[in-house]
Amino acid sequence: MIRIIRAGPGTLVQDLGRAGYAHIGVTRSGAWDRESHSLAQRLVGNEEGAAGIEVLLGGLEFVALHTITVAVTGHDCPVTVGGRAVGVGSPVAVRRGEMVVVGRAARGARHYVAVRGGLAVPPALGSRSTDTLAGLGPGQLRPDDVLPTGDMHSTPPVVDHAAVRERPPRPLRLVLGPRHDWFDSESVRRLLDREFTVQPASNRVGIRLAGPALRRSRKGEVAPEAMVRGAVQVPPDGNPVILGPDHPSTGGYPVIACIIDSDTDRCAQLLPGDSVRFTSNEDWLGG
Amino acid sequence: MSAPDVLHVAGQRWVVRRFGDRAAVLDPLRPGTGAYSRDHDPLLTAAWLRSRLAVGVDVVPGAQSVTVRVGRGDPVALLRALDRASSADGEPAEPRRETPGGPPVELAPPVVIPVVFDGPDLTDVAQQAGLTIDEVVAIHTSTTFTVRFHGFAPGFGYLGDLPTELRLPRRAEPRTSVPAGSVAIADRYCGIYPRASPGGWHLIGRTGVQLFDPTRDEPALLSAGRQVRFSTVAP
Repeated sequence: MIRIIRAGPGTLVQDLGRAGYAHIGVTRSGAWDRESHSLAQRLVGNEEGAAGIEVLLGGLEFVALHTITVAVTGHDCPVTVGGRAVGVGSPVAVRRGEMVVVGRAARGARHYVAVRGGLAVPPALGSRSTDTLAGLGPGQLRPDDVLPTGDMHSTPPVVDHAAVRERPPRPLRLVLGPRHDWFDSESVRRLLDREFTVQPASNRVGIRLAGPALRRSRKGEVAPEAMVRGAVQVPPDGNPVILGPDHPSTGGYPVIACIIDSDTDRCAQLLPGDSVRFTSNEDWLGG
Repeated sequence: MSAPDVLHVAGQRWVVRRFGDRAAVLDPLRPGTGAYSRDHDPLLTAAWLRSRLAVGVDVVPGAQSVTVRVGRGDPVALLRALDRASSADGEPAEPRRETPGGPPVELAPPVVIPVVFDGPDLTDVAQQAGLTIDEVVAIHTSTTFTVRFHGFAPGFGYLGDLPTELRLPRRAEPRTSVPAGSVAIADRYCGIYPRASPGGWHLIGRTGVQLFDPTRDEPALLSAGRQVRFSTVAP
């Protein structure tokens, strides 16, 4: 069990989401950087689907109410246990009464905290994920919240320190379409050639980008259709939005392209002011 | 990029387009007015696909399209395999049933939603339609709707088709907050907001019925294919 002492907005319980309900309007949600979430869970010997905490911009402090094992993943950032610096990428024993502090990183927006056994908060529709748009799941963590731990551990904690894999910045790989025919060819070229900047009004629903406007070549509205995380949707103002994990399950804005699934984890680390570029190539299809 | 495939799925012909590397969209071969027909019904096609694909594959109908999303592998290869398997006999889509062996959903008695018709946009809607408020209510409550697809929020079903007399584009300025239970119309659809949220549809009434309950076996009251009618109640 842990008690929250301090938690910034956007610090949320997440697991790998609630799959299979998109057809009733419930989006998958779940940890945005699934690679980091899963690594943290494996480091403490949990199943990857166990629930942990997604921390936005640091500032999480919690106390262990009994001895636990904890791991933090994401970009390198200051992490202390009982005042001792422990860093990211290793499982750490935390004694009863000791405080864990996840500080602010120099790079990257989100860190992932795993506790051995997983956080056993009540699930909604089979998942402990917090869907910030639909209001499903545990909700914003607050001081004095007590989170029980469960039994989702399957192996002993990893002994060795996991290499902190800092992802070198590179363009996001995408597949054009399905609605790129709604845009003029100049706009499609701009999408692939130019740089975009992450705007402050970005969150788990979507990353808003500013850059060259993407202009439609057709009038009217797209018939509403299913969306997926990583879709690059273009509202009427021409500024693209990369859908995040809490995107509405269907949408009415044309999707000019979609980031390949494995590259969508990187989007979790984008901060306002960051540059984003895209690249199209189809070498990875069918894999 | 190679030209999109045309595949036979559920006895209907669809154009298949990639949506990233893990999803594909089925579009009508001849995009048209948006009217539904036996030749091209996203609901029936989605039900047909869901019955033939593994549980982990998401099949999500839209207003005119169906999207298939897989966790791994190539969704277009999956659809091509189904196309080869079925094009020989061109099996038609089957009617959707709530329970195996039960009657088709389309034949189940309609869900009846009690509504107080006093929405803030009701007067405007009547005016723009050139009708009295009573006429708007009469037309609405004499229509049998079908739940065509879900989206926007959990349990928000798009109910079609709204009679042509009541069709209006979405409001120019959406509201930042629409109360839960609001009954609203836009374009060819009627919808009920399951919880308070921003909204751009015209609000014509309100209901106390619970559209979405995550603890129910069937969390969404208005399940796809279900018929729905509205009745007037006093405030």
